[in-house]
Amino acid sequence: MSAAPQTRPGLGWLLRMAWRDSRRSRGRLLLFLSAIVLGIAALVAINGFGDNLARSIDEQARELVGADLVLSAPQPFTAPLSPALGRRVRARSEEVAFASLVQFPRGEGVRLAQVRALTGGFPYYGDWLVEPREAVAAFRRAGSEQRLALVDDALLLQFNARVGDSIKVGRLRFLIAGRVTKTPGQSGLNAALAPTVFIPRSWLAATGLQQRGSRLQYRQYFQLSAGTPVDRLLRPLQSRLDEAGIDADTVSDRQRQTGRAFGDLTRFLSLVAFVALLLGCVGVASAVNLYVRDKIAAVAVLRCLGASGRQALLIYLLQTAVMGLLGAALGAALGTGLQWLLPRLLADFLPVGIRITVSWPAVLQGLLSGLLVAVLFALLPLLAIRRVSPLRTLRGPVEEEGRRAPDPLWLGVYGLIGLLLLGFAYWQTREIKLALGFVGGLLLAFGALAGLAAALRYLVRRHLPTGGSFVLRQGLANLYRPNNQTITLTVAVGLGVLLLAVLFLLQGLLLGRVELAGGGRQPNLVLFDIQPGQRAGVQALLREQRLPVLQQVPVVTMRLQAINHRPASFYQQDSSRGVPRWAFRREYRVTYRNTLISSEKLAAGRPPTLEADGRPRISLEEGFFRRLKLQLGDTLTFNVQGLPLETIVSGTRTVDWTRVQTNFIVLFPAGVLEPAPQFYVLMSRVPDNAALGAVQRALVQRFPNVSAIDLALILRTVDDILDRIAVVIRFMAFFSMGTGLLVLASAVVVSRYQRARESVLLRTLGAARRQVLLITLVEYAVLGWLAALTGLLLAGVAGWALAYWVFEVPFRPDPLPLLALALTTTLLTVIIGLLNSRAVLTRPPLEVLRSEAV
Amino acid sequence: MLKVENLTKTYRSGGRELTVLSDVSFELQAGDTFAIVGPSGSGKTTLLGLCAGLDRASRGSVWLSGIRLDELSEDERAAVRNEHVGFIFQNFQLLPTLTALENVLVPLELRGVRGGAKTALALLERVGLGGRGHHYPAQLSGGEQQRVSLARAFANEPRILFADEPTGNLDADTSERVVELLFALNREAGTTLVLVTHDLELAARTGRVVRLRGGALVSDSLTEAAAAPPR
Ligand SMILES: Nc1ncnc2c1ncn2[C@@H]1O[C@H](COP(=O)(O)OP(=O)(O)OP(=O)(O)O)[C@@H](O)[C@H]1O
Ligand SMILES: [Mg+2]
Repeated sequence: MSAAPQTRPGLGWLLRMAWRDSRRSRGRLLLFLSAIVLGIAALVAINGFGDNLARSIDEQARELVGADLVLSAPQPFTAPLSPALGRRVRARSEEVAFASLVQFPRGEGVRLAQVRALTGGFPYYGDWLVEPREAVAAFRRAGSEQRLALVDDALLLQFNARVGDSIKVGRLRFLIAGRVTKTPGQSGLNAALAPTVFIPRSWLAATGLQQRGSRLQYRQYFQLSAGTPVDRLLRPLQSRLDEAGIDADTVSDRQRQTGRAFGDLTRFLSLVAFVALLLGCVGVASAVNLYVRDKIAAVAVLRCLGASGRQALLIYLLQTAVMGLLGAALGAALGTGLQWLLPRLLADFLPVGIRITVSWPAVLQGLLSGLLVAVLFALLPLLAIRRVSPLRTLRGPVEEEGRRAPDPLWLGVYGLIGLLLLGFAYWQTREIKLALGFVGGLLLAFGALAGLAAALRYLVRRHLPTGGSFVLRQGLANLYRPNNQTITLTVAVGLGVLLLAVLFLLQGLLLGRVELAGGGRQPNLVLFDIQPGQRAGVQALLREQRLPVLQQVPVVTMRLQAINHRPASFYQQDSSRGVPRWAFRREYRVTYRNTLISSEKLAAGRPPTLEADGRPRISLEEGFFRRLKLQLGDTLTFNVQGLPLETIVSGTRTVDWTRVQTNFIVLFPAGVLEPAPQFYVLMSRVPDNAALGAVQRALVQRFPNVSAIDLALILRTVDDILDRIAVVIRFMAFFSMGTGLLVLASAVVVSRYQRARESVLLRTLGAARRQVLLITLVEYAVLGWLAALTGLLLAGVAGWALAYWVFEVPFRPDPLPLLALALTTTLLTVIIGLLNSRAVLTRPPLEVLRSEAV
Repeated sequence: MLKVENLTKTYRSGGRELTVLSDVSFELQAGDTFAIVGPSGSGKTTLLGLCAGLDRASRGSVWLSGIRLDELSEDERAAVRNEHVGFIFQNFQLLPTLTALENVLVPLELRGVRGGAKTALALLERVGLGGRGHHYPAQLSGGEQQRVSLARAFANEPRILFADEPTGNLDADTSERVVELLFALNREAGTTLVLVTHDLELAARTGRVVRLRGGALVSDSLTEAAAAPPR
């Protein structure tokens, strides 16, 4: 037959038919497509936010750094770099930064702070928010005339101090001239962990804190004339800088680093959003499934009149595509609106102020994703339309003759969906392993839930109790009756519970890790920067306060100069050797002993030894050893504060970083480093805050250069940060939960069209309303409870895997909140089910019968 | 126009084979009117479905307008139906979401005919429903629905019309009007008509009646109507 009119009525007719056909069912179409609204909203919100963030970082990177170029080194600069930059230098600031205990004499408060001794006009860009505003100018003028300090808000708040009070840094008292709320280059997080005290550089020597062996960081801030190509000017200097141990940080460096860090964050969050979208897709697929069943009669007529299977399919595909686009548009609008909320939630982490605009790429991507997933997931049930036999017009529903081969297109659609998932996951994570894991995990969860539902359906059908209450039997039978929603509901509820439970467990794991570090007999007070001459004195001080000395370690700082006699520049030219740049740039804090301690385990080779040839055999932490692609027997040359020292790698060891110990990457044998400039770190445990205060005050009096870290305070801060992160993650999880509920609601509502008659018939046959409600209650309670439990079980597996492989902590979940979660979910499921049947029950039976009839 | 040769249909259900049609053969010329009668379950609907290309025979073949249906795919048969075939069903089978006018339009639109609305409206007027074009099937009575479906059946000017118990759901008076219309339209268009019915009186108005029993053709006779040439 050559006159195949399949293509004759074009898209116009298909659209017209889609439009006409939707007239009676637009409400339902909208309902099930509302399922994708929240997922798209979450996606657009996150991606739009990510776009805005990236742009803001680019725009404000200079304000982030506060200067065009920052040089930093652990020792004073010998030859200034200025000649190389020549006349381009418009201004320069110098700074020495170090950690030290500071004291508020008025309230006797002592705390570890970051002290920055500063000259010049830094910051050159961005807002240095200081109250009162005049304080900045006063501070810069102060020089050696006045002892003025600017102090971070957090520190003042903690000790209830005010501008006008004094603060003691080392041996000197400073007048607090201003309260600093924001410094360029410092996030709220930074300020919380190590609040800063700014003092004029000229007073540094007099504080007595600038001693040999103290851990000081020297910085120079440059303001260059506009348009200076900093990165290009620096390139030829790089090897000189490396040799001198100087780290150069430019605006574009910072753009890259910050951009990358926050790119990771938004990508992770968008994965969470994607789960919400997927959940919505399950809703779409199941709702379309029921929708198709309603339309089969009409399709058979169309087939009789000569429409091809493809045309019939396209009519309904167009409907879902348009609805998908509509849902996506709604979601995109909602998500764009939500963008304004996100910066507030994340305010404490964000390095820059964010100017929110509509991100068209994110909107477009949202629309496309919505359209794509709606069409693909709707296609699964829609494909059946192609096979509707026109014979139905004569006979009504026909039993299929024998078993048909599976539709190859069906497999194709599944393949496309798999590819889409994988593609999306890869695009978000940029890591194929992670993407595979994500998709695999999702499929596993879907499979487990759907499998459970199918098993349940089968079991109930096979073993439905013949006796027992009428209500119970009817309720259970509803699980397998035609048009049951058992699988959809189980997947929606189960996945929602799974997601929430995993997030809850994750939070627990993170906190557990922190608590592990803080609990038991572990040290909670760390004293460092103890000079060799002060060691005995500090020990005596602790004894006076009846505090134990739990550990005592000498520390020597050094830099890596060469690997196998080849300098840093060699490895930079030949990147194929895979020695990362930071290996030569970072400062190594090294201790020396001939044995391993309890937090260390020998991985290969031997512990450090001193051999007769004068070249010490050292031990490296295993991960570090691998990242540098080293081998046992390799030679590492260190620069120990000016003097080269050749060593041989003779062993590696694993280090348990979660233990509060002074842990080291590089371990030397005893007998080499003793004469080198060094300081001691000492660990102790204080019983309470009073004891802490007492020891800190005594330290500041007698050993002002010694710093004390209160681990409890740090743990509290970390706890606080984790709480805030949890809020963000929960905010994202809310979308999944919301979508789950929507899918639940729409699945239930859609099944109402099928169930309404049954309920009405039951009523007509004399069932009391209470009985009909109870039947619904049994059905949804069983479904909700089983789905929630499965979700919990899966979450348990995921949590255990995370605990074992990722966090390496024991997995001890708290069952009560999880159980509460399962109960709440079940309750919600039942409530939605009951509300729905109530809508049926409150209308007169006749009206229902008439309106539900097509 | 329609040629049926050794048509056999067996269903396999529950492992057992059930032959509902065995070795049926007959041939119709263009313009013939033809009735299939027989007791319930004798295979009338099955035969009609096979002739119209709605189903595949187990054995034997059907030629419709010289096209051998059993060699075509389902979509190709759909194209043949659109081109050559009209249908009337016992339960009308109007698309519930389309208005009366749109229902009549569908076959025209499927053929890609432009400006079909005028033709469709004329047809609706012809069946006496000119003013009801914008009504949905649910707003029409059974007889009115069947008249809309008559208009739809003739919309694509089919060469052959299949009707399965067209009056089965209607009362006597309404049936009479619908049957009158059916024959009138058929005469005007010179369409071949294949009619399945229980109603012997109705069957007698066609030119030729075949009787089925247990899936086999037991009689095939010309009627008086055939003797008298169409008025
Ligand atoms: N899909 C099927 N599977 C098995 N048997 C079938 C199937 N379809 C029809 N039959 C059987 O084929 C036989 C003929 O059915 P058919 O519908 O053609 O009869 P009919 O003559 O049209 O009856 P009626 O006058 O009641 O409409 C019946 O016995 C019926 O049970
Ligand atoms: Mg029949």
